[in-house]
Amino acid sequence: MKRFFTLYLTLFLIISVKSLTAQVTFPINGVADPREQGTVIINANIHQDSKTVCSGCMLLIEKGKIKAIGKQLNIPEGMVSVDLKGHHIYPSFIEIYSNYGLSEGAEASRPAGGRGRVVQYDSNRKGAYGWNDALKTDYNAFENFTIEAKQASDLRKLGFGTVSTHKMDGMSRGTAAAIMLGEEKDNLEILKNQTAHHLSFNKGSSTQNYPSSLAGGIALLRQTYLDARWYQQQGIKEQTNLTLEAWNKVQALPQIFEVSDKQEMLRAAAIAKENSSKYIFVGVNDAYQKLDEIKKTGSSLIVNLNFPEAYDVESPFDALQVSLADMLHWEWAPWNPGKLVKAGIPIAITLHGLKDKKDFMKKIRQALESGLDEADAIHALTAAPAQMLGIFDQVGSLHPGKWANFIVTKGPVFEEKSSILQNYIRGNAFVISEDPAQLAPGTYDLISAGMSRILEVKKTDKGTEVSILVDTSSIKVTYQQTGQQISMHWSEANQPLQQIYALEVENGFKGQIQSGQEAWSAVEAKLKAAQEPTPEKISDKVPATEPMVLRQPFNGYGWTTQPGQETVLIRNATVWTNTKDGIITETDVLIEAGKIKRIGKNLSASGAILVDGSNKHLTAGIIDEHSHIALSRGVNEGTQASTAEVRMGDVINAEDVNIYRQLAGGVTAVQLLHGSANPVGGQAQLIKLRWGWLPEEMKFEGADPFIKFALGENVKQSNFGDGFNIRFPQSRMGVEQVYQDLFTRAKEYETLKKSGKPYRVDLETETILEILNSKRYISCHSYVQSEINMLMKVANTFGFKVNTFTHILEGYKVADKMHEHGAGASSFSDWWAYKMEVKDAIPYNGLLLQEQGVVVAFNSDDAEMARRLNQEAGKAVMYGGMSEEDAWKLVTLNPAKLLHVDKRVGSVEVGKDADIVLWSANPLSIYAKAEKTYVDGRLLFDREQDELKRTEIAKERERLIRKMIQLKKGGNKTQGVRPQREHHYHCDDILDEMTQYKD
Amino acid sequence: MYKIYIAIIFCFFITPSFAQNQFLLEGGKYHIGNGSTIENAFLLISEGKISYIGTQRPAIDASTQVISCAGKQIYPGFIALGSTVGLVEIEAVRATVDNREVGIFNPNVRSLVAFDAESQIIPTIRSNGILMAQSIPSGGVIPGTSSVFNMDGWNWEDAVFQEDIAIHLNWPERVMFTGWWAEPGGIQKNEQYLKQVAEIKVFFDQAAAYRQNKQIIEKNLKLESMKAIWSGSKRLYIHANLGNAMMDAITFAESYGIKPVIVGGKESWIVADFLAEKKIDVILRATHELPSRQDEAIDQPFRTPSVLHAKGVRFALSMEGAWKQRNLPFQAGQAIGFGLPYDAALSSITGNAAAIAGIGDRVGTLEKGKTATLFVSEGDALDMLGNQVIRAFIDGRDIDLDNKHKALYRKYKAKYDAEK
Repeated sequence: MKRFFTLYLTLFLIISVKSLTAQVTFPINGVADPREQGTVIINANIHQDSKTVCSGCMLLIEKGKIKAIGKQLNIPEGMVSVDLKGHHIYPSFIEIYSNYGLSEGAEASRPAGGRGRVVQYDSNRKGAYGWNDALKTDYNAFENFTIEAKQASDLRKLGFGTVSTHKMDGMSRGTAAAIMLGEEKDNLEILKNQTAHHLSFNKGSSTQNYPSSLAGGIALLRQTYLDARWYQQQGIKEQTNLTLEAWNKVQALPQIFEVSDKQEMLRAAAIAKENSSKYIFVGVNDAYQKLDEIKKTGSSLIVNLNFPEAYDVESPFDALQVSLADMLHWEWAPWNPGKLVKAGIPIAITLHGLKDKKDFMKKIRQALESGLDEADAIHALTAAPAQMLGIFDQVGSLHPGKWANFIVTKGPVFEEKSSILQNYIRGNAFVISEDPAQLAPGTYDLISAGMSRILEVKKTDKGTEVSILVDTSSIKVTYQQTGQQISMHWSEANQPLQQIYALEVENGFKGQIQSGQEAWSAVEAKLKAAQEPTPEKISDKVPATEPMVLRQPFNGYGWTTQPGQETVLIRNATVWTNTKDGIITETDVLIEAGKIKRIGKNLSASGAILVDGSNKHLTAGIIDEHSHIALSRGVNEGTQASTAEVRMGDVINAEDVNIYRQLAGGVTAVQLLHGSANPVGGQAQLIKLRWGWLPEEMKFEGADPFIKFALGENVKQSNFGDGFNIRFPQSRMGVEQVYQDLFTRAKEYETLKKSGKPYRVDLETETILEILNSKRYISCHSYVQSEINMLMKVANTFGFKVNTFTHILEGYKVADKMHEHGAGASSFSDWWAYKMEVKDAIPYNGLLLQEQGVVVAFNSDDAEMARRLNQEAGKAVMYGGMSEEDAWKLVTLNPAKLLHVDKRVGSVEVGKDADIVLWSANPLSIYAKAEKTYVDGRLLFDREQDELKRTEIAKERERLIRKMIQLKKGGNKTQGVRPQREHHYHCDDILDEMTQYKD
Repeated sequence: MYKIYIAIIFCFFITPSFAQNQFLLEGGKYHIGNGSTIENAFLLISEGKISYIGTQRPAIDASTQVISCAGKQIYPGFIALGSTVGLVEIEAVRATVDNREVGIFNPNVRSLVAFDAESQIIPTIRSNGILMAQSIPSGGVIPGTSSVFNMDGWNWEDAVFQEDIAIHLNWPERVMFTGWWAEPGGIQKNEQYLKQVAEIKVFFDQAAAYRQNKQIIEKNLKLESMKAIWSGSKRLYIHANLGNAMMDAITFAESYGIKPVIVGGKESWIVADFLAEKKIDVILRATHELPSRQDEAIDQPFRTPSVLHAKGVRFALSMEGAWKQRNLPFQAGQAIGFGLPYDAALSSITGNAAAIAGIGDRVGTLEKGKTATLFVSEGDALDMLGNQVIRAFIDGRDIDLDNKHKALYRKYKAKYDAEK
């Protein structure tokens, strides 16, 4: 007959042995009970690794390790034999990203944030550690690990045998340890003390203020690499720093970095590259969107299986809340693992991120249906993580000398009907599921003393159903079977309850029946007619179809094909040249290879795309000197008076839809500024609005570097609430001293640097030094005349110039002084009365400054207003009557001058970049609309194309919503909609972005 | 010369106008505010009213001041609905903020008595043509009662044009924005929505019962003030933005026999048919806004007015705040660029705005018998390239168009000129 005899009985035996393995150095209470006779497994299909299968083979286990695998092995006498009768064996899975056995130290709770909170500037950790609590490099999982039976059991049930565990807390999380999932002694379960150093962009339980932004977090990591090098060479002679000491030690280990998306991954990869390190990444669920770029980093990925469920979008108002990007990601996400493998990027698979770990197999199958090969899945769960962790010599495949860590499955492991029967850890079996033995379907003669019935056994979707056939009706029988043990009961009309306990035998069962709690008698069932297996129902699942169209950026307004640099002839337009030629009518402009090639009357160019500019106005693209769009996770570091080390260029979010929206307002370049929460903010980044290109590619190449300074109410935290009154400075008096101090220290730093003596490379001071040496320029948030005057005096003292005062709403009061100093002004057109320091702001500010010879620009500091900067320039005509030509320069040529890029952009001149806009009317008028916006000669916004995009978005949304509704109808799980979160940063946003991931 | 300027400007105040003389506006283009224009017309102001408008020159007496408006454009005074003019002077300075009260249901709280007629903001907005404003309380579920003011007056009694016109109800939103201004949080689905609606219902049920009850012994100020929304002397302004929230809110109000005004209406373009069928007036909040969602048309907020117009929904354009109101005309202008006819745009801040505020019979258009609240602009007042207000009248009074900004401009211009 069947399978179970040998199997079940032997297994129970082995399990009872498991905790008796002797452990050297520990005293024995009682009699020594060594049982190391070894086990031989026979009749198994042994998947030694993802490619090699030994069918009908034997596997010999001795002292927890694999001794031999083969068709015919010489089995020494006295071994326990287990017959697997054709079941499959796989190396058990390895969870590379776990916090198993460290639960006590998992995410610590954080004090509540919000307006009233007390701000903590310094570390509150006792001991000789580094300055920042987000770095917990000295933590070692192996020192803190202890077996947690429940967690171990849950992992074993899913097929895992080994994990690498670490404390998921902080930006540097210390080291992970490889742990086997047995339940003997902690000493025996640790496979390797240190497998990896873990990092993230999440400061975890640290309550310290810094870093509060992603840009700050990146700066912290970059500085830590420098500090560690300094410590090794010099610092160690002067002091002890356990964090840096640990940092240096863990560099030899694999570095595993958790991120929240592809852009973050590329940012982290840049840190690695800068420091000759390499990271393995986890959390790049959207890797499929940027495979080439990811491949180029040479990184391996640990992929999550948290593919989103379909959204519940039955109500149209709910559907509105889900973006096309989220819906498309839902469709693409299961393809992520397969796409990565096909792209040649090494992957391991983790459970991490799965809300319900029990979905593991389901999600794996989803990935298999979505382009992942079975062998690759096995590899990604076994050899790949083992290799990444440096434990492949011990686990990860089934070969002699490795630990006997494997799973026994009923069929090929990932098949829906398969199941994991046992999980062996060091040669000891844990039973995962009983072999679901069931009576074979068919009809049976059920016979006992004084009774004869027909028993029918049917296989249905719900399992095995048993009934008694009496005449034409059938009576349902409650039936249970475990192994060969069967119990069943039923009652017929007006008859007593019948209960059977029986054991399965060939073609039936034999046992005892009790009728009506009285008579006991023998009972026997014999197969009368076997039921023909019915053909399987075709699954009503929506088949996984490979999504083909990948938008860049990944949202409705992204490109399916990126626009190229065309040759375009715009004819018969009114051209606002911003040169001595002024505004010229009925003029043609030819652009080619990204540049303005010719300007004139009646131009022709063969092969050029012709654009009719009649009754239209052609201008240079708008440049926004003060913008906070297109930034990821925070605009303000702002946690210290100076954060000059922070770079906005590190956190460009190339996928912010506001880039596209601003192109629609005729904007072609913006300066991404740090916020204004501290006197010295971060380094600025000038970008062109190259919608659809990578963050790095958006940077305005060759532009001079800038930095944000800030004065007044924000830096003295006047409007931030009562928790914000301890950081220096709290007054305009203190602000000056911050600068005096920084520049003085920078000078001293320079002296030391030049002396040739060893010194600690300090990113912050290096930046300040650049300012002193006029290699970096200031854009300073400022309002009132006293502070403007002050900063110019400080600059004079230290021998540099303040390049730009931004906002500068009282600039008109000191316009002459600004002119004398050589400072420019980047102002609002008409804002005032929103806080005390703008009570004297006037809309004539730009005009007065300009009249004193100051270069004046109008900026937005606001994602919405930025798309109407042309109208803001128009207000300069309205208030005081600036000429239209000069007013237009406020948002084009003048900001280009302030940013030192006026040789490239800002006017319509031959040889300049083809960053130009075609307007429907006088661009200063409220009625003007940007119809076409070119950046580098690429048509990145076109109002007609935009209409098509909307139709396309609607069509795609309809398709996906229909698909989701269909799935829901089919009984599939859905998730409630989550309203989209879109951050529009302003100068004074001080949200702590480093304590949580965006999802 | 320089010193004289300083003396004048050091205490810069604008004196409200005294006399209601007779004025004749001669020539120019007259935007009536009801959808029509008259070219080369005459407009006579006497006793604070428009006593004549037409193309025939009316007879005038010797005391009538004649103002030549040839080549100019004449508009009804713009009306800023839903503002905080007079209630908030400097947003970040708590001492100057008077538009919020403690408590959830405060229908009895009135903006009227907190209105600062001396606000320095007022002269800066009326010099752009905004001659009237509704100043509203905010915060809580029912923040209070609002009034409409002239942008000219010695005190609130003097400045108020129509007192206590509306009770405001902040309808619970189905999604909530978390965080505070410096630390904006995420958006969450409001799980409490139904509970919050139920709480409002309890309040309205009690108010409705209180109104019928003839044996009230203990007077309840909150419920007392609610009576007016049934008697008709105050309208119910429900602030709601999401499409389904608006539908819920309107249905709610109708169940009490009240026809509400919707304030906000961000998604009114989605439910425009519903609004049109129920003849609901909408006061649109700032259309100089980003789309609500990533997929939404990039210019949806600019287009929404034209959608409402096309569907026959009567609406006014508005924005929050005080100082920003000077940009109200440009919000109307923006909508023109996105499909709204000029006259409809103008009406949304004049005639229709007045009608929605319940004062349309007295003001809002350049029609005979209406209050003479109007101004003369050099050009198109809805475009920054044309908005140059050269004369303005409120209740027929000739208004000083100077303001703090112009004064500071003159002061520093004089300084630099003197230094030349």
